[in-house]
Amino acid sequence: MDSIRLRSLSRLFLALLLFFVSFGSAVAQGAATAAGEVGSSKNPSEVGVTPGTVAAAAPAAAAGATTADPAAIAAGDALFKGNCAQCHAVNDVVVGPALGGITKRRPMSWIIPWIKNSSKLVASGDDYAVKIYNQYQKQQMPSFQLSDAEITSIVAYITSEEGKTTVPTGIAAGAGATTVVDGTDAANGEASSSMNILLIVLVVVLIVLVVTLVIIANIMKDVLRGRKDLDGRDVEQMEQRFDFSKIYKSTAVRGIVGAVFVLAVLYETIQGAMGVGLTQGYQPTQPIAFSHKLHAGENQINCAYCHTSVYKAKSANIPSPNICMNCHSQIKTESPEIKKIYRAIERKQPIQWVRVHNLPDLAYFNHSQHTQVGGLECQTCHGPIQNMEVVYQYSALTMGWCINCHRETPLNTKGNGYYDNLVKLHDTKNGAVPFTVSSNGGTECSKCHY
Amino acid sequence: MQESPKYWKGIEELENSPEFIKNAMTEFADFLPVKETHGTTDASVAPRRDFLKLMGFGLAAATLASCEAPIKKAIPYLNKPEEVDPSIANFYASTFFNGQDYNAVLVKTREGRPIKLEGNPESPVTGGGLSARAQAAVLSLYDGARLQHFTKKGQKIATDQLDQEVRAALAGAGRVAIVSPTIISPSTKKVINEFAARFGGAEHVMYDVNSASALLRANGGVLPAYDFSKADVIVGIGADFLGTWISPVEYARQYVVNRKVSSERRAMSKHYQFETNMSLTGSNADVRESMKPSEMGAAVVALYNAITGGGAASGSKKVAQAAADLRRAGSRGLVVSGSNDMGIQTLVAAINQQLGSAAVDTANPSYVRQGDDARMARLIKDIIAGQVGAVIFYHANPVFDHPMGEALGKALEAGKVKTTISLNDRLDETGKRCLYAAPDHHFMESWNDYEPKRGYLSMAQPVITPLFATRQAQDSFLTWAGSPTTYYNYLRQQWQGLLGAGNFAQAWDKVVHDGVARGSALPTPAAQIEGPMDVNSAMAALRGNKGGGIELAIYEKIGVGNGTNANNPWLQELPDPISKATWGNYVTVPRAYAMEQKWEQGDVVKVTANGHSVQLPVLIQPGQAAGTIGIAIGYGRQDAGKVANDIGANVLPLAAMRNGVISFTTAVQIEATGTQSPIAQTQTHHTIMDREQVVQVASLKQYQENPKEVTEYEKVATPDGLEAPDKVSLWQDYEYKNHHWGMAIDLNSCIGCGSCVVGCQAENNVAVVGKQEVINRREMHWMRIDRYYSSDASREDFEEKGKLDTYAAMEDPSANPSVIFQPMMCQHCNHAPCETVCPVLATTHSSEGLNQMTYNRCVGTRYCANNCPYKVRRFNWFSYYTNEKFETVNGHMFTDLGRMVLNPDVTVRARGVMEKCSLCVQRIQLGKLEAKKEKRRPRDGEIVSACAQSCPTQAIVFGDMRDPESRLSQLLRREDGERAFHALSSINVQPNITYLTKIRNTDQLDFNV
Repeated sequence: MDSIRLRSLSRLFLALLLFFVSFGSAVAQGAATAAGEVGSSKNPSEVGVTPGTVAAAAPAAAAGATTADPAAIAAGDALFKGNCAQCHAVNDVVVGPALGGITKRRPMSWIIPWIKNSSKLVASGDDYAVKIYNQYQKQQMPSFQLSDAEITSIVAYITSEEGKTTVPTGIAAGAGATTVVDGTDAANGEASSSMNILLIVLVVVLIVLVVTLVIIANIMKDVLRGRKDLDGRDVEQMEQRFDFSKIYKSTAVRGIVGAVFVLAVLYETIQGAMGVGLTQGYQPTQPIAFSHKLHAGENQINCAYCHTSVYKAKSANIPSPNICMNCHSQIKTESPEIKKIYRAIERKQPIQWVRVHNLPDLAYFNHSQHTQVGGLECQTCHGPIQNMEVVYQYSALTMGWCINCHRETPLNTKGNGYYDNLVKLHDTKNGAVPFTVSSNGGTECSKCHY
Repeated sequence: MQESPKYWKGIEELENSPEFIKNAMTEFADFLPVKETHGTTDASVAPRRDFLKLMGFGLAAATLASCEAPIKKAIPYLNKPEEVDPSIANFYASTFFNGQDYNAVLVKTREGRPIKLEGNPESPVTGGGLSARAQAAVLSLYDGARLQHFTKKGQKIATDQLDQEVRAALAGAGRVAIVSPTIISPSTKKVINEFAARFGGAEHVMYDVNSASALLRANGGVLPAYDFSKADVIVGIGADFLGTWISPVEYARQYVVNRKVSSERRAMSKHYQFETNMSLTGSNADVRESMKPSEMGAAVVALYNAITGGGAASGSKKVAQAAADLRRAGSRGLVVSGSNDMGIQTLVAAINQQLGSAAVDTANPSYVRQGDDARMARLIKDIIAGQVGAVIFYHANPVFDHPMGEALGKALEAGKVKTTISLNDRLDETGKRCLYAAPDHHFMESWNDYEPKRGYLSMAQPVITPLFATRQAQDSFLTWAGSPTTYYNYLRQQWQGLLGAGNFAQAWDKVVHDGVARGSALPTPAAQIEGPMDVNSAMAALRGNKGGGIELAIYEKIGVGNGTNANNPWLQELPDPISKATWGNYVTVPRAYAMEQKWEQGDVVKVTANGHSVQLPVLIQPGQAAGTIGIAIGYGRQDAGKVANDIGANVLPLAAMRNGVISFTTAVQIEATGTQSPIAQTQTHHTIMDREQVVQVASLKQYQENPKEVTEYEKVATPDGLEAPDKVSLWQDYEYKNHHWGMAIDLNSCIGCGSCVVGCQAENNVAVVGKQEVINRREMHWMRIDRYYSSDASREDFEEKGKLDTYAAMEDPSANPSVIFQPMMCQHCNHAPCETVCPVLATTHSSEGLNQMTYNRCVGTRYCANNCPYKVRRFNWFSYYTNEKFETVNGHMFTDLGRMVLNPDVTVRARGVMEKCSLCVQRIQLGKLEAKKEKRRPRDGEIVSACAQSCPTQAIVFGDMRDPESRLSQLLRREDGERAFHALSSINVQPNITYLTKIRNTDQLDFNV
C-alpha cells in the first residue's frame, strides 16, 4: 500500500511539474509569437511591399493641367524619388516647399526653367522665384539635367499624389508603419500587465490561505494540548513532524530534479549555441552622437538624402561629411557634436563610424534590389529607425530571417517590364498561390552566395 | 563522316609512359600530402590524438571567440567624389602598352581602385578583346616589388634633392643617352626630344627585346600595318602573329574574320605556317611544316622564285603548295615573317609587293616596333668604351634583356658612365646598377597618349591616386629640362593642336571618355642607321646560310613575354598554350632527338652558344623541327621581385648580332648534365574519358559537301533502337521560366591564347598556387584550355592496315601533329552528376540553369569532383591567403596593398571547400538587377561572362537561351545538327555549354597533303 501511494504521489508531482513547465513555456511562446507577428509578418505584407508606384497608380489624381498617364506617373515617381525627394515632399514642407498643387500655383512654362536652372530664374528677377528663394532661407535649389518630358512626368506624379493623407515618401510611410507597431506593442503590453496583476493577486491569496491554515492548525494544536484525555498514540500523532529527509532521499524526486537540471542545461546550451554570432539589438556607441530620431523622425529628412546610394547600389553608403555640411554649415554650428565633423574635415581624418549591421562576407546583399526593385521601406529591416536616438540592429539578420521573408513576400512586379511574362506564366499555371520571391528562385544559393 | 583522327593530350599518352598509365588508370590523383607541399613521411601525418587535441582546442576557441563580435568600422569618404558610389563599379578608358604589347582597355574600378581590365570595344585597333598580359596588368599595379620612392645608390632620397643633383650632373655630362623600348606616345616623344635638345642633342635609343629590326629595315624604316582580314591565303614564316608577334590581339581579331564559318558561308582563309618551334600560330594553321631556322631562308627564296618567276617552287611540297595558293590569291595573299634576318625580311617584303597584297599597308604603318638593333649595339659599345657621360634608362632593362646585357652590366658597375638614372618601376637588373632611380608611375596612375598605328590614337588616364612616392617619367624629363609645366598640361596642349578649333574642353572630355580617337601625331620614325638590302644580295646571303648541328630558336611565351611583367604570378602560372607548362622556361626538343639522346622530360641539359650557356630542363615538344631546340625569353630574372626571381634561365645572351640585327637563331652545343628538374605542366592532369566525344574536327571539304555530316552525334541503344542520349533520362528536366544561361564556344575561332584564363582569374579571385602545387595537380584555374595533338591514323586503318601497323603509323605525325584547343570550364550540366552526390547539398541547380556552388555549405568531401566527367572542379587544399607557403606566389592576397585587386563581389574561398566556374553569376546578378531597376528585360550582350568578354576572337558567346533573339540562341539554332555538339554527350549530362566543331581548311584531316 505504502509504495503504491508513494508512486501515485510521485506521479502527481510529475504531472504538476510538467503542467507548470508547459504552462510557462506556452506563455513564453505566446509572447514570442505575438512579437514575431509584429516584427515580421505585418511589416512586410502591410507596409513594406506596397510601393509608392502602386499608390500613385490609384485614380486619386488627375486634377491638374497635366495628363495622368500611369506610365508617366510611374516614371515621374522614379524620377521624383531619385532627384526631388531629398528636399521635397508632395504634401509637406521638408527642406523645400511642399509640391502639392504646384500646377495651380505656377504654369508649366515657369516650372520647367525653374527646375532646370533655378538660380538663373532668381537672377533674372522673376518675382515668384525671388520670393520662394527668400522664403526658404536663400537655399539654392540645384540645377537638374532633366528633359521637359521628364519634368512633366514628375509633375504628373506630384499631381497624382496631391492631398493624399498617407504621405508617400519613405519616411512618412515608415512612420505609418511604426504607429502600427506601437499600437500592437501597447496592446501586447496591456495584456501582459493584466496577466501580472492576476498573478500577484493569486500569490497574495495563496499566501493568505497558507497563513490562515497555519494559524488554524496552531490554534487547534493548542486546543488539543489543553485537553488531558489524549492517550499516547494521539499525542504522538499530534506531535508528529513531517520528515523532509524522506523527500530528499526519494529516488523519484531526485530523478525529477536531475532530469529538470539536465534539461535546463541542455536548453540553455542550445539556445546559447543558436545565438552565437547573433547580434540582434547591437547598439554600439558612435563617435558622433547622431540622432536618427531627430533627423529622420522629427525633421522628416528622406533616408536617401544622406544614404544617397540606397536606391541604386549594393551599399546604402554612410554619408560623407560634405553631405552633413549641406545643412550644418548653417545649422547648429556651435554644437560640440557638429564640431567633431568640422574637426574631421579640417584634419582630413574621415569619421570612423561603428558598423551596426554586419553581414558575413559570404552573403551578398544589395540594397537597391530591395528598395528600388522590391519597393521595401527601410523600416522593414531596420526597424523604427526614425525613433532611434542611437541606432541598433533591429532584425536578426540571420539566414532564416532572410529566407522567411523571401518565402512569404510577394514579388513587387507591378509596372516592371522585367516581370511581365513571368507574372503571366505564373498566373496561368498556379495563379492561386502568390508569386513570391522564392517562387522566382529567390531562395536559391547563388542568389546571395558567390 | 568524320575521319576520326585520334587525339592525344600529350607525349605521355602517346608513349603510354608508366606515369601516364598510372594516372590514367587511377583517374584521380593519388594521395598527396597536404601538411607538406612536397615530401611525405609517416611523421608528417598528424596522429589522431593531435587531431582530437586540436579539435577540442578549436571548439573551445571558437566558442570563446564568438562571445564578442569584433567591432567593425564603417568609414565614409571625407568628401565623396560625385561620380564614385561605394559598390558601384566605374569604367575608365585607358591604354595598355607594356612589354611592347598594345591594347586599348577599359579599367573597372571599385571605390577608386582598379580591379579588372577589359578590352575597349570602341577601339578600332584591338576591339573588345584583350591579351592575357593586359588582363594581368592590373595585378602589376599592386606589385609590392615596385620601387616606392626615389633612390640614390639604393638609398631613399628626397625628390627635390634628386632633381637638383640630376640637373647638375646632366648639365656637365657631355654625351647623354636615353634608352627605352619602343615609345608610341607622341607627347612623350616630344617631351624626350625637347629634353634631348636641352642637353646638347642627347641621343634617344629605342630597342625591342623581341626585335623587329630587320622587318623595319626591309620596309624602309617602317613597320607595315597588316590586315589579316584582307588575306585569303596567309603564309607565316616563323611569325607567331596570333600569340606574340607585334600586335597579336589586333591580328587575332582580323584573322578570325575569315576563319568563322557557317552553312551560309562555307569558305575560310588558308593558313600555311613554316616554323621551327611549335607556336600558337602554327598550331592554328591549316598546313604547318616545321623547319630549321637555316632552312627558312631557302624556303623563302623558293617562295620568292615561284611567285616572281612563275616556275614551280624548288622547296618542299608544302612550300610549293603555298606558293601556288599565294599566286592564285594575288592581292588577297599575305606573307609574314617573324624572323629577324635581313635576307628573309627583304624577300618577304618583295613577295608581298609582287603579290600587291591588300593586307599590307606601308603608307599607314604600325608604330609598335621602332627599335634599331644596330643603334642600340653601338650605344652599348660606346658605354663600355666609356664614351657616354650620362644614361637614362626609361622602362628599359638592357642588362637583363639585351644580348650584350652582361657586358653592359659590368660597364655600369665599373662606373664607365658617370651619371646613370633609371626611370624603371623597380630596382631591376639595370636599375640597381644605376646611381639614381626616379621610378615612373604605373600606367594606371599616369596620363599619356598613344599612337599604335598611324591615324589611330588612344589615351591613358590615371584611375587611382599614385600608390607610392613615384613620379611620372615624363614629369621627370620636364623637371630636369627645367620646364615649369606638368605633363598633364603638356599633353593637353599637344592635343589642343590635334583636336583643332572648336570647343576643346568638350572634345578633350570625349577623347578621355572614349579612350580612342582618330588622328595622327607621331613624327615619322627615325631612319634605321643601316639601310635596306636589295633582293639579290638578300638571296645571296640566304643561299650562303648553311646551318649546322643543333639550332636554337629563341621565342617569346604568351604569358611572361619579354620578361617586363615577369613578376606577375598570374602570368607565371598561365599555362603555355602549347606545352601547358607553367613557372619557368625549358628546352623544347623534338621527340626523335630526345629518344636518340635518351633524355626524358625534365632532364636538365646545358645549352651553349656565343660563349654563354644556360641549364634548363628538357621538354619534349611535338612539332619541334628536327635538329632544333627552342628556349623562351623572359625568364631568369634576378631583380624583378620575389615571384619571378630565379625562375628559369635567361637565354638572351645566347643570341648574337648578325648583319646589324639581333639573331634569335643560332647553332648551339647541347649536353646532358645528369640532373633533373621537374616541369610544372597542367598537361595530362585532367584525363577525360574518350577523346572523340570531347573534341570534334572536320575538314573544310567535308563541311562544304554537307555541313550536317561534320559532327558525330553519339547515339545510345534503347529498346526502340538507337536514340540521341537525351531521349533517355533518369531525371526530370528543369523548367526554365526566366532565364537559361549558356555559352557556345566556337572551336574554329578559339586560337588558344589564354586570355580567358587570366580574365577568369582576375574576375573570380582565383588563387595562384605555385610551381610545386601545379606539379601536384592542384592548380586552381576555373577555366583551362585543353590542348589536343592529333595523329592522322583513322579507325578504318585498323581494318585496312592491321592493328600493329596502325599503331605504328599513329606515332609518325607526332613530329608535326595538328592541334586543337578547347576551353574547358564547368559545363553547368542540366543533369549534373556533381549535384546528385553532394551529401550536404552544397552544389545545386538554379532555376536559371546554373550549377551553383555554395562555399559556406561545402564540407569538402570532394565527391562532386570525383563525379564530374569534365574534371573542372577545384579543391582548396590550403588557405592560399594565409598559408606562408603561398606568400611568394599568391602574395597579393596577403597584403592590404595586394588585396585591393580582389573583386569585392566574389568570395575568397577558404580551405577545404570546392570551387569551380560559376558562369560569372555576379555579373549575371548585376545585369539582371540593372534591368529590373530600369523596369525592362536584360538586353542581349549586356550580361557577359569574363571569359567571353576577354576573348579577342569572340570564340565564346554567352547569353540567355530563353531569349529567342539572343545571339546565342540564334547561333545554336543555326548550328543545331551541324557543328553544335556537347562534350561527352553520350553520358547525357546535358551541359549548358555547347561547342562548335572545328573546321580545318584542308581536303582531308592530314597534314601530309
